[in-house]
Amino acid sequence: MSIQVRNLSKYYGETKAVDDISFEVHSGEILGFLGPNGAGKTTSMRVITCYLPPSAGTVRVEGKDIVADSLEVRRLVGYLPEQNPLYLDMNVSEYLDYAAQLQGVESRMVPRRRREMIDVCGLGEMMHKDIGQLSKGYRQRVGLAAAMIHDPKVLILDEPTSGLDPNQIVEIRTLIHNLGTKKTVVLSTHILPEVQATCSRVIIINRGKIVADSPIGDLHKGLRGNDSVVLEVRVPESETAQTVAAVLRNIPQVESAVLAEEGGSSMKFLVGSSRSYDIRADLFRLCVEKGWIALELRREQTSLEDIFRELTTPS
Amino acid sequence: MIMSPSIVKHIFLKELRSFFNSPVAYIVMLVFLVILGWFFTSNLFIANLSSLRTVFEMTPFLLLFFAPAITMRLISEEKKAGTLELLITKPVKESEIILGKFLASWALYFFTLLPTFCYYVTVSLIGRLDIGAVVGGYLGLLFVGAVFLAVSMFGSSITENQVVAFIVSFLIVFGLFMLDKVLFYLPNNVVSTLEYISIDYHFANIERGVIDTRDIVYYVSAVTIALVAGTAVLQRRRWV
Repeated sequence: MSIQVRNLSKYYGETKAVDDISFEVHSGEILGFLGPNGAGKTTSMRVITCYLPPSAGTVRVEGKDIVADSLEVRRLVGYLPEQNPLYLDMNVSEYLDYAAQLQGVESRMVPRRRREMIDVCGLGEMMHKDIGQLSKGYRQRVGLAAAMIHDPKVLILDEPTSGLDPNQIVEIRTLIHNLGTKKTVVLSTHILPEVQATCSRVIIINRGKIVADSPIGDLHKGLRGNDSVVLEVRVPESETAQTVAAVLRNIPQVESAVLAEEGGSSMKFLVGSSRSYDIRADLFRLCVEKGWIALELRREQTSLEDIFRELTTPS
Repeated sequence: MIMSPSIVKHIFLKELRSFFNSPVAYIVMLVFLVILGWFFTSNLFIANLSSLRTVFEMTPFLLLFFAPAITMRLISEEKKAGTLELLITKPVKESEIILGKFLASWALYFFTLLPTFCYYVTVSLIGRLDIGAVVGGYLGLLFVGAVFLAVSMFGSSITENQVVAFIVSFLIVFGLFMLDKVLFYLPNNVVSTLEYISIDYHFANIERGVIDTRDIVYYVSAVTIALVAGTAVLQRRRWV
């Protein structure tokens, strides 16, 4: 068990930022910490990285308590804070050396670790430039390189891709993905595709509480709402949208049939059915029987966006 | 509260390097030496005394402005840029941060004083200098500087705004400096206490070449109290 969070709460005065959350992260896992802004992601991370003390509950990192063995925990953890703060007046290699020295890397190992990180993060050409002169993407790499400089077992990244352009986002994601095989990574984001792209597991947090905790693949299961199928058909001119919808609703398994789009000679329906049943075969047979031309027939998967919205909006 | 010498050393070196990588160090040294040099040379021949008294009397006065100026950035900037979070989530103690940065500012002050040694050379060539007073004077300046800088570090730690840091530091330092100049107006029963707190009172002793343990104790404890207060401010986030 790499990280163990038990009944963690954190108050800022009267406000509850994190409210009694518990979870565990195994070694080698990439955990996505997902939530709308102000949900308590950053606060939880600050507690795990020993920046803020918990108001209640315990956190253990590699078996070490964050309060009792604070210094030991800080040695084990590499942390990239939100907004990626850096010393803009230092150059890249100076900064990485400083980060290594403060992390307690042995002085004879410092140049070696610095070279390794410069290689891994692709900073070769930027080595002697001031951080203030670098683009946002390179700064992010410097931040990551500094977070990993002491080869930590646990990496905690707070919004590692915020403010980057799409190409840079892909680069950083690949970097994180490659790391994940060796380290425990916890990353926070409010960007949903990011979680799908990089994480093996996701925790959704809202208003300080965990609302979902599951492997990425299982997230679609066990949610309310129906399965729906998109059906686009070309029908003879004698048929209208109402009549087609009525025919569709006649199929026993169909719970709803809603016209989504009508254009030219074709119309598109959203056909809802009970979750366990695959209705596509029935729809196909119906089309054949009526002589309609099926232009499109696909199952619409509940997207992560929908799940997220469903879990984080008060019902 | 055991500090790691190596961490303090690395913070010290980083801060010292960033003083000299930026215009800060050069501006401080230049302006300080120009002002001091002007007062020193313009008085030297009028007074016709072979002493460095002007250096010893002017420096604490100049420090009122320079100490807050040197230190205002040190903590407040880290707070504002968020790099303090970076430092604190590394295996680094708050006390090590404060001490390392304080020592760096003290070193900058030391390097600023260093060129005034040429006054010593000049004056000793044309007259006889009291060596004891010179050594005492410089020692006193280092102590006074340490107190001013440590207090200003505290000023820098309470805010993320450099201007606020400067003004707060200046007010505290100014208070300590002015204390023995207003004693005249105060009731007798508090005079001795306030006199002890006043920074100039102790400096006057050392400047005469008298190194009294009471004065040393005063300086060391003043610096310690200021640094501990600065550390406490950084640790405050743990309690709220």
